[in-house]
Amino acid sequence: MDRDPCPRVLYGADVENGILELRGISKFFPGVRALNRVDFDLYPGEVHCLVGENGAGKSTLIKIITGVYQPDEGEILYQGQKVVFANPMVASRYQIAAVYQQPASFPHLTVTENIFLGHPLIHPKSKRLLWPAMWERARELLRSLGSDLSPTAVVGTLSVAQQQMVEIAKALSIHARILIMDEPTAALTRRETEDLYAIVRKLRAQGTAIIFISHRFEDIYEIADRVTVLRDGKSVGTWKIVEIGEQDLIRAMVGREITQLFPKAQVTPGKELLRVEKLSRIGFFRDISFSLRAGEIVGLSGLVGSGRTEVAQAIFGIAPADEGKIFVEGKEVTIKSPLDAIRNGIGYLPEDRLHQGLFFPMSISDNITIAILDDIAPSGWLQPEREHEVASRMLELLKIKAPTIFHPVSSLSGGNQQKVVVAKLLAARLRILIMDEPTQGVDVGAKAAIHQIMSDLAKEGLGILMISSEMPEILGMSDRILVMHEGRISGEFSRGEATQEKLLEAAVNVERSRKREVNISG
Amino acid sequence: MKRRFFRWEWLLLILIIGISIVNGRLSTHFWSYTGLMDALAVFLEKGFMVLTMVLVLVIGDIDISVASITALSSVLMAMAYRGGLPMALAVPLALAVGVGCGYFNGTLIAKIPGLSAIIVTLAGSSLYRGIAYILLGDQAVGGFPSWYSYLAWGYIKGTHIPFIIVAFLVCALFYGLLLHRTTFGRRLYAIGNNLVAARFSGVPVARIKQIVFTLNGLMAGVAAVFLTSKLGSSRPNIALGYELEVIAITVLGGVSPSGGKGGIVGACLALLLMRLLRYGMGLKNIPGQVMMVLIGIILIGVVMVPQLVSTRKGKPLVRES
Repeated sequence: MDRDPCPRVLYGADVENGILELRGISKFFPGVRALNRVDFDLYPGEVHCLVGENGAGKSTLIKIITGVYQPDEGEILYQGQKVVFANPMVASRYQIAAVYQQPASFPHLTVTENIFLGHPLIHPKSKRLLWPAMWERARELLRSLGSDLSPTAVVGTLSVAQQQMVEIAKALSIHARILIMDEPTAALTRRETEDLYAIVRKLRAQGTAIIFISHRFEDIYEIADRVTVLRDGKSVGTWKIVEIGEQDLIRAMVGREITQLFPKAQVTPGKELLRVEKLSRIGFFRDISFSLRAGEIVGLSGLVGSGRTEVAQAIFGIAPADEGKIFVEGKEVTIKSPLDAIRNGIGYLPEDRLHQGLFFPMSISDNITIAILDDIAPSGWLQPEREHEVASRMLELLKIKAPTIFHPVSSLSGGNQQKVVVAKLLAARLRILIMDEPTQGVDVGAKAAIHQIMSDLAKEGLGILMISSEMPEILGMSDRILVMHEGRISGEFSRGEATQEKLLEAAVNVERSRKREVNISG
Repeated sequence: MKRRFFRWEWLLLILIIGISIVNGRLSTHFWSYTGLMDALAVFLEKGFMVLTMVLVLVIGDIDISVASITALSSVLMAMAYRGGLPMALAVPLALAVGVGCGYFNGTLIAKIPGLSAIIVTLAGSSLYRGIAYILLGDQAVGGFPSWYSYLAWGYIKGTHIPFIIVAFLVCALFYGLLLHRTTFGRRLYAIGNNLVAARFSGVPVARIKQIVFTLNGLMAGVAAVFLTSKLGSSRPNIALGYELEVIAITVLGGVSPSGGKGGIVGACLALLLMRLLRYGMGLKNIPGQVMMVLIGIILIGVVMVPQLVSTRKGKPLVRES
């Protein structure tokens, strides 16, 4: 990881006058102590990273700062004055704004409407909405972020990165002095991430205090000035980023040392499990051919929007291809629905796991076993003992933090919900797994566990097709890497020859990408 | 487990006990065994429809054509009998008509994208009853053999247990087991809770929807057989408006129209509750129109309770399988 040669010791940060200070904050939920006497402080002009495993209490802390929750103990000082953020409106009056990983915008409204929602510019007398003024202001705000998005574009048609831009513009429109960014880079490509860093640095230089939550160490070492680690609802400590190394940070987060992040074991590939030939779907991808052998993990890389997910969904039968053939173990198969795919031994871990993978009010056990009911209960009568056995095993394997397997999935923390989706896929014991961003949004410990399991599965003779936007993951886990660009495979690399640079080159396909940029902005 | 602490069924049970006490004060006859049995038996043809309406609502759909299917089943059965078909064959014919209509609904809903259950069954509701009117006009067909009236009016030999109650309990047991003890039932809840995730998990959504609507048609046919037996004759306007009451009872039983919640036990309790309410109001000689108003108010009130409870707790009230 590249680091600045000269240490950034909170340059520009106004250390004398902290803007926000939390003292001894505790928050109780039925049966859980989500936060336990947490101290946290924030200066204008600094980027303060908040890290910790899923369920460590980050979200709860953010919700207290934004006024969604009230602390049960402790106090909040804003510029040295004791304050109560009774609700989000109060917090926004203190110029606190938050940008989330999945932008909480209104997809059917325009960029301008989203930015000015809640505080529109109104003619003082006639109470008329001043649209031209708002459009102009929106354009200004976006331009200050280096974006030339149209103020009248409908937000639902924008990419995640662009939607985040709108959210940031919205924060600027209330002159946010504290900006909270909750995993903003999770859904972004590398280039979009770089752009985001630039914006964050610019805001910092202007004196905005930024709380940045991320699971990515790249993010943390790239832009943080200080980092606070939460673990099990307690603050482990706050460090200047130059004072703490990666290993120490991991240890602080998990309370133990994780030596190997990417443990893909060398396996001699066996017989061919999956082969696709000239798979095409109009408007999404063309002429996709590749094969997957037993014991192999094939990485599918490329920018978000390059057609990776669409290829995966075609193979899984969600949106079948218009042309091309799919072979499973040498036999041509017709896959028109996910059921067909599962019957052919193909499983899929969707990227949008919460909406496409979970039944919230149903129990953890019911969620894990839904895809394998026919195996567990071939007679059609439910076999609760066998279901619970499978669910308990998965709970243990993935270290899902849940009181019992009978609790509804809705009662779990976000990261543990993700693990339940993974558990559901693993329980199905299929031969071919397609995993779309398998570790997106999960914490370090769970990530290592999932990687370990993927490696074990490959060793057992499964074939895994892994889509990932995370370079280290692709490079570390894949035996072979396919790179997609605008719906085509633009490069194939073996584990030995792949480097970050080569993959990136293939992903942006240098020349063509220029045209693409123009298209997006136009 | 905490979420078991407040269960919808307990509330229904308390209401049932309360109303029973009031009914007992109004009529000394109420607490007699025969009084109770007869009070229950009168209402049960709707109960058959409620059982499968539970399944329909659990998958997040709705069927407003059930009463029309009942009418068409009844009319075709009666006409077939008049045309010379023995009653022993006309009864299965009624069931077959129900199955056919339900299958038609289910196929349209499951196989044609963009056709929602509410549209299809709204159309079906006017289609099926329309056919019944065309076939029979303003007439009524009756004169069924005496054994046929046994279905609705008879008692199990040597006892004072109405046959229809036994038939209903057998069906309730069947659907209760189907919904709560089989993989099929589990999949219904999965579909109702998250259709996309269900499809992604390999649940054959289209086929299951087809089956559920077909079963609902079947039970509309069963209701036709018992209702016609009770009335002694068939007319195209038979069971008019039943769909509303059937859906209302199902929702009252804790089955959410948005899918994924509730069960057979709750629906059966709601059926009992509704019957006792009507019975009590009948004892007080409350006119039919006023009864409708009161039932509407009670329905809104009762259905509001879980909303109030769950907002207080800050968490949605959930219960499944």
